[in-house]
Amino acid sequence: MTGEDQALKAVAQNVRRNIIEMTSKGGGPGHPGPALSCADIVTALYYKVMRIKPEEPNWADRDRLILSKGHACPVIYAVLAEKGYFPKDWIYSFRKLGGKLQGHPDMNKIPGVDMTSGSLGHGLSAGLGMAIALKLRKSPAKVYVIIGDGESQEGMIWEAAMSAPKLGADNLIAIIDYNHFQSGGVTDNILSLEPIVDKWKAFNWNVVEANGHNIEEIVNKLEIAKMNTGRPTVLIAHSTKGKGVSYMENNNAWHQKVPSAEEYSIACKELV
Amino acid sequence: MTILDKLSTRDAFGEALLRVADARQNVLAFAADTAKSMGLGPMAAKYPDRVIDVGIAETNMMTAAAGAASVGNLVFAATYSVFSSMRTAEEVRTFIAYPNLNVKVVGGMGGLAGTYEGVTHQATEDIGMMRCIPNLAVVVPADASSTEVITEKLAEFPGPVYLRLGRYAVPKVFDDNYKFVLGKANVIKDSGSDATIICNGVMVGRALQAEKLIAEKGYSVRIVEMATVKPIDKEEIVKSAMLTGCVVTAEEHNVIGGLGAAVAEVIATLCPVPMKIVGINDTFGESGHHEELLDKYGLSVGDIVENVLEVIKSKKCTK
Repeated sequence: MTGEDQALKAVAQNVRRNIIEMTSKGGGPGHPGPALSCADIVTALYYKVMRIKPEEPNWADRDRLILSKGHACPVIYAVLAEKGYFPKDWIYSFRKLGGKLQGHPDMNKIPGVDMTSGSLGHGLSAGLGMAIALKLRKSPAKVYVIIGDGESQEGMIWEAAMSAPKLGADNLIAIIDYNHFQSGGVTDNILSLEPIVDKWKAFNWNVVEANGHNIEEIVNKLEIAKMNTGRPTVLIAHSTKGKGVSYMENNNAWHQKVPSAEEYSIACKELV
Repeated sequence: MTILDKLSTRDAFGEALLRVADARQNVLAFAADTAKSMGLGPMAAKYPDRVIDVGIAETNMMTAAAGAASVGNLVFAATYSVFSSMRTAEEVRTFIAYPNLNVKVVGGMGGLAGTYEGVTHQATEDIGMMRCIPNLAVVVPADASSTEVITEKLAEFPGPVYLRLGRYAVPKVFDDNYKFVLGKANVIKDSGSDATIICNGVMVGRALQAEKLIAEKGYSVRIVEMATVKPIDKEEIVKSAMLTGCVVTAEEHNVIGGLGAAVAEVIATLCPVPMKIVGINDTFGESGHHEELLDKYGLSVGDIVENVLEVIKSKKCTK
């Protein structure tokens, strides 16, 4: 492992640590499992993949990120705070009355949030609109959309999936956080997405797969997406819900739950 | 003799939209297989890249419109009112109105203008649906001339708007000197003293016809066009109520939730006077000719006359 890989792993570990802070000390129960699931993806995006200027959050040609699975927002808040988009102590305002960090992402209240989200199934459509508009004005910006596997059951995801290649949105990159759980249980039991690769291929997307917790692999696969091949790209990121906290991994009780003092201290010890 | 407009309100919208697109590079239009039927043809012919048709997928269209607006575009998202106000109600609320994005949500075939298509394509609840969404302005033009002026004026307003249009040409009410300010009423006849008719859309022309019949009965009415249902011009409503002592509203919409409700909220809280609401009496329509539907569903000239005479009478009772 290179020094840089190790540094990125440390960043992701710190992101996880702050997810635990927010979901333990926030105003109401947040969603630690879904946030931990995509911590490595979000770290890869903000630290290696995306063209951004944290000191200029509204830079017109910045790459955009939409967290379509908006309930995982502590992961975004952790990275944005670390990148300096807003003061780090804001993370303690998460889900609190009068706080900036809303229960789901709010683009007007939180610097660095590119699109309001949280009502599931909408992110890919919003990303499509952004991608088309950016392309029309010849911006080099890319639009990344992190989609939950559960929310892929929404019909709107597939409306957007069908129209994006037709509209030439090759600057649109979807990332499926494929952890096989959703609020109500196991995705494969409730409404399976399989065969997920074939589905996206049939919709004329470039399809790539990666281990959702291998930052180097995620970065490498997203480099392919950046090549503007004439088609949008989807990265199927195979992930683990609750990744990094032993008692949360693959335990759907942690979809939305506040850790006890003891659980909090165990998580903190594990995330060093 | 009623003179019809040369253009329908949606074609008038399309003509004005082309001028807006000429003047502003950042204007985009989104359609859901509605580019032709919503009057986007002129813009699509001149700027094919700037009219984006996502196919028959209204929810995708509306949230994509939000995305395009979020990166700095002025977006007109156009489909039929029944879809833009109801099928995509959540998209309009959460992704356009909540982030306060510059999207003009355009609804065609508003009210009973879906005519022969029947209830599936008639939107008689749209104003109520859209009116209770924060940040969202709601505008109902009366005819082709005013639609053109309003479309161009709305392009200057940076926030989200629901613009309700019709389908076919409607009776001409205004000339080319029509003036529009968002949130301001348009007093068409200010000499009346016995009652005020506050109306919009296709009911403006009918209110003007009613006014003549009411005059024959010896009463004079003030007529106010309220194209902006939200934000409603409270000042003008209070002024009219004080001047004439009673108010009748007339709209092509359910009596629940629309212009009448908006006016009643102001009258009840700021200046209580007798009031009547002319609208569709909380029922669905059916297939038919537009004018005949309006007559059948409580929106005839006679309905306005009757309600005005009744409200004048009740004013006398309360004195």
